[in-house]
Amino acid sequence: MIDNQSVYLAISIILFVIGAAGAICRRNAIVVFMCIEIMLAGVSIAFVTFSRANQSLDGIFMVLFVMAVAAAEAAVGLAIFVLMYRKHGSIDLDKFNLMKW
Amino acid sequence: MLEFVVPALNLKAILPQLILALTALTVLLVDVFAGKDGKTSLGGLSLIGVVAALVTLFLSRGDFESAYAGMLAVDGFGFFITLIICLVALLSILVAISYEKVCPEIRSGEFYSLLLFAAFGMSFMGSASNLIMIFVALETMSISIYVLAGFKRDNLKSIESALKYFLLGAFASGFLLFGFALIYGAAGTLDIVKLGSFFTAHPDLLHQPLVMGGVALMTVGFGFKIAMFPFHMWTPDVYEGAPSVVTGFMATGVKAAAFAALVRVFFVAFAALQTDWTTIMWIAALLTMTVGNLIAISQTNIKRMLAYSSIAHAGYLLIGFVVGSEIARSAILFYLLGYAFANIGAFAVISAMGSKGEEYNELSDFQGVGFKYPMLGLTMSIFLFSMAGIPPAAGFMGKFFIFSEAIKAGYVWLAIFGVINSVISLYYYLGVIVRMYFKDPEREISIAAPAGTLVAALSLAAFGVLQMGIFPSYVWDLARASAKMLM
Amino acid sequence: MFDYIWLVPVFPAIGVLINGLLGRRIEAVSKHLIHWIACGMIALSFTVTCVIFYQLLQLPGDQRFYQVTCLDWIQSGVLQTYIAYQIDPLSMMMAMFVIGIGFLIHIYSIGYMWEDEGRYYRFFVYLNLFMFSMINLILANNYLLMFLGWEGVGLCSYLLIGFWFDDEANAIAGKKAFITNRVGDFAFLIGMFLLFTGLGEHGVWSLQFSEVFTHVHYLSQSQATMICLLFFIGCTAKSAQIPLYVWLPDAMAGPTPVSALIHAATMVTSGVYMISRSNVLFSMSPFAMGVVATVGALTAIFAASIGLVQNDIKKVLAYSTVSQLGYMFLGLGVGAFAAGMFHVLTHAFFKALLFLGSGAVIHSMHHAYHKVHCHDDPQDMRNMGGLKAKTPITFWTFLIATLAISGIPGFSGFFSKDEILWQAWSSPQGSWILWLIGAVAAGMTAFYMFRLVFMTFFNECRAGEACEHIHESPPSMTGPLCVLAFLAAVGGYLGVPHALGGSNLFHQFLEPVMGLGDGKLLHDATQAASHGVEHAAQAAGHLMHAAAGHVAEAAGHAAEGAEHGGESMFMEYLLMVVSVALACFGILIAYIFYIRKREIPAALAEKYSFIHRLLLNKWYVDELYDLVIISPLRGFAYFLWRGVDVGVVDYIVNGVARVVGWGSSVVRYIQSGYVQSYAVSVVFGTVVLLAYYFLKAL
Repeated sequence: MIDNQSVYLAISIILFVIGAAGAICRRNAIVVFMCIEIMLAGVSIAFVTFSRANQSLDGIFMVLFVMAVAAAEAAVGLAIFVLMYRKHGSIDLDKFNLMKW
Repeated sequence: MLEFVVPALNLKAILPQLILALTALTVLLVDVFAGKDGKTSLGGLSLIGVVAALVTLFLSRGDFESAYAGMLAVDGFGFFITLIICLVALLSILVAISYEKVCPEIRSGEFYSLLLFAAFGMSFMGSASNLIMIFVALETMSISIYVLAGFKRDNLKSIESALKYFLLGAFASGFLLFGFALIYGAAGTLDIVKLGSFFTAHPDLLHQPLVMGGVALMTVGFGFKIAMFPFHMWTPDVYEGAPSVVTGFMATGVKAAAFAALVRVFFVAFAALQTDWTTIMWIAALLTMTVGNLIAISQTNIKRMLAYSSIAHAGYLLIGFVVGSEIARSAILFYLLGYAFANIGAFAVISAMGSKGEEYNELSDFQGVGFKYPMLGLTMSIFLFSMAGIPPAAGFMGKFFIFSEAIKAGYVWLAIFGVINSVISLYYYLGVIVRMYFKDPEREISIAAPAGTLVAALSLAAFGVLQMGIFPSYVWDLARASAKMLM
Repeated sequence: MFDYIWLVPVFPAIGVLINGLLGRRIEAVSKHLIHWIACGMIALSFTVTCVIFYQLLQLPGDQRFYQVTCLDWIQSGVLQTYIAYQIDPLSMMMAMFVIGIGFLIHIYSIGYMWEDEGRYYRFFVYLNLFMFSMINLILANNYLLMFLGWEGVGLCSYLLIGFWFDDEANAIAGKKAFITNRVGDFAFLIGMFLLFTGLGEHGVWSLQFSEVFTHVHYLSQSQATMICLLFFIGCTAKSAQIPLYVWLPDAMAGPTPVSALIHAATMVTSGVYMISRSNVLFSMSPFAMGVVATVGALTAIFAASIGLVQNDIKKVLAYSTVSQLGYMFLGLGVGAFAAGMFHVLTHAFFKALLFLGSGAVIHSMHHAYHKVHCHDDPQDMRNMGGLKAKTPITFWTFLIATLAISGIPGFSGFFSKDEILWQAWSSPQGSWILWLIGAVAAGMTAFYMFRLVFMTFFNECRAGEACEHIHESPPSMTGPLCVLAFLAAVGGYLGVPHALGGSNLFHQFLEPVMGLGDGKLLHDATQAASHGVEHAAQAAGHLMHAAAGHVAEAAGHAAEGAEHGGESMFMEYLLMVVSVALACFGILIAYIFYIRKREIPAALAEKYSFIHRLLLNKWYVDELYDLVIISPLRGFAYFLWRGVDVGVVDYIVNGVARVVGWGSSVVRYIQSGYVQSYAVSVVFGTVVLLAYYFLKAL
């Protein structure tokens, strides 16, 4: 018998791994960023689950902060993507390889 | 479900940080309302703010206490980190004011206020005593620096630098957060002190997968910020592309702040697990310094070279982390400050190497600089000597404290590897000095005359390096007194 | 005033700073200012010393000891060293005459160096630096500070020997002095380390004299012998004893005031001072004392034999110095530390005078030659002669010094030399052989010194047309000569022995410092039953008293016990007569050889050409050293350079560097520049970490 907490935890891990895999494999910068957001969603589910299990509010506060920070990151990220597009005409990550070795 | 107590508003505990934040906001406001002429005063305004923060930092230095319901630890450790951050910010602003000539984009309010916000975040990382607080401070710092890295909007390298730092930073934050989540699941609290007492009280719960996974993932998150192998990959690219003044700022400030958080979390919250994380950190320290030094040798761009060198320095610092005694933690603080002076100084010289719109970052550009620009040559030599760990510079004393403590604690091999790595590093540090003094220039370079603020920054940094190298006892005593943490 | 002892070294240091940093500019303005500063600083230093010396004399004998700690120097673990000075009879006596003679020689240098354009200030900087180092050496209250001074005077010696470095021979002489001294310094250092660790084993981590000497009994016999021998090797270099004396004759390449100050009166006697200072330590090791005495005696006669045939006026004096230093060590070696120091004092007076006098002669000759554009050697005695009438002050002062060094009764040298010879005979460590060697050397000394006087000042002038231009030196040079002549004549009355009805003030003065050493030796002596039994008991009893801290008193009584032997008084008179007779005999022969029948020396040299050549070439010691030590060392060094360093070490180093460089150029390609490959590396690291921690969890 699997208890509810384990199910939620499993979902959060799956989401996190999906996000990480996507962040590695996709080439479009916006998609990669969205994948990172999926990772954060996984994290949020874990926090809420544990908050419920531990009967404490800390986890829920954390989720609020995660969402706020994600919003800020999205703002900065999108600004950078716009800049990339202006300069390069593309947001394909493989094309950004000026600095290496 | 839970009673909610409104914590006391202890302004004294956060006065320096408060001043930093208020200055940042003021700079933004002034930028909006001031005309073209007013913009030149923004740097001076931020400077005043940082100095005020430094002064209040010393004035408000009081007893150990826990403020804001355990969110902040007002202790010596936080004090010393804030001291480093304020000095770093001070030097960076001084350099930035003169850097406006090379890079006109930064002559705007956002630059200075972002820099101050980042310093604000860094400083809170040093005294944060709750994982929520660490996360918020870390993101405040990081988001500001993502923007700063890409500040040269027309420069492809700068954009690429911002992109890489942003994507990888967000990616690593995810790991860090997941680590927090797992630890929260295991212990039911995010308060670092409570976590420590929880793990000490329940040794049977220590080795459950939740805790182990949490520690592993948090190592990833912090390791990314301090550029620990194998999470260091972003460092060279980001450092190379970012404007020189920003590179200096993040190479020192971010490293100090992240190290502070790492030390506090691992020594307070995970003290019971020390035997477990020591081994893996031992290996990480060895690989970090070796990889950093090894790759630095074959670099041709000085910013990239110094980026690899900063990875190596993270390795040396990790030796102190592995040793873990209170003296070793003092040594880490001492080293961080000495490294900050030397590194920011070096990047100040690099940022001075340029005129309108163009920077001279290739190693070959440094040929003959020593005699053509004696001030730049001399100070650069001092900073490089310090980083290489040659007396009488701060870096020597820092390495001495760390290595001798490692030997005392029985980590003889680690100390030996550290020394071997220092020898390897001599090759590329001295290479720059050789180029500056013993080679003729390959191409004509024209450098704008160093502004007064740059001279001030260089002198201050050089003074710091030599003071800590020749009369280390003052700073060392301060570091010894500061290494005591609120536990 | 004792607390202001630091002023004594500080004044010369100020002189060094002023003239050293601004000398070139000052000299451009006024040359006079240079020597006013330099001499003034020494004068101030001397004044302070005099005041302190006077105050010291006001104290009762057993309270004449005071230490002043000025600065922390090295604080490292168990090693706690201070810049600290010690005021006691020995150090103050030494300081008095060193600074006093130093002052006179500074004055003398004004005249002697006046025409040296552009380097005038540098000379005075070096002299002041020398005084600074020498004062540190003397006043130090610990071995480390003494060693600092020891090294400092060595450095100044090197700088001043090679002062006229345009001539390569001078530069080489400087190097020779420096390198030879390094050998000795090395031994001194090792000895110091052994002393430090040897006492440290018993919890006494200190190099401070007072600490060391009160705990010296912790050392075993063999440790003490080892330390003493190493210290003595240090002395053989600094004080020019066999086998490391070779640098001193060559050191005469320096300006003559330097030869007088450093290589005759002060620096070369610092070895004697060091052993006297360590007398408690040396008293523990009869073997080391024996070595000191033997080496001293051999050096005395060996150097005197070379002096017999030298023709360079300064070379004769140089060998004479080596020989006289041998006497001092002979005195120390037989346990007569105070007698050795007494000879240091009188020797400083008459030898400084001899050198300054020779300098005046050379100065006059040089000027005369310069006038007639002749390039003959102004130092060669064969070119001199008949100077008595032309340079009367120089002649008379020189004669006094010669009488003193020859040991003619009434002059200072007589008292000190005679005391050493008497101790060499009578002391338990002494023997008739040591006495005989010393007495013969004394006769030889009288001979070559009068040979020098006769060849230089008597007969006809052999300088050709330059003769008319020879005249007396300036007053700044003759003034110090007169002062020193006075001291050389009467200096000996400080230590008139009991046998001649004196009270030996000098001995009494030094008793608090030398007490333990002399007392202990006399204790041994009484055990050898050469004196009355009750004296033995008395001395021994007082020695135990000495252990309780009343060192001075006990030793005083012990010394008394020794000197009141009945027939020994008669023996002392007899030996005195014999040595004076030997000296007179030497003078007589010199008179016959160089005034009466001047063909004899050449005939003798002809007849015994082998011996003559041997002596003229200084027993071929330099050549021997070259063959046995220097050449093999050079060959070995060449092998290390070409074979080991270039062939093996460089090969390995370059190889390693190449491998590292290659590794670097390969490893850097893991940094592909693609952001997602970096993310992969993060994930890889995460997997490794998770695996590690989960394995821990299992």
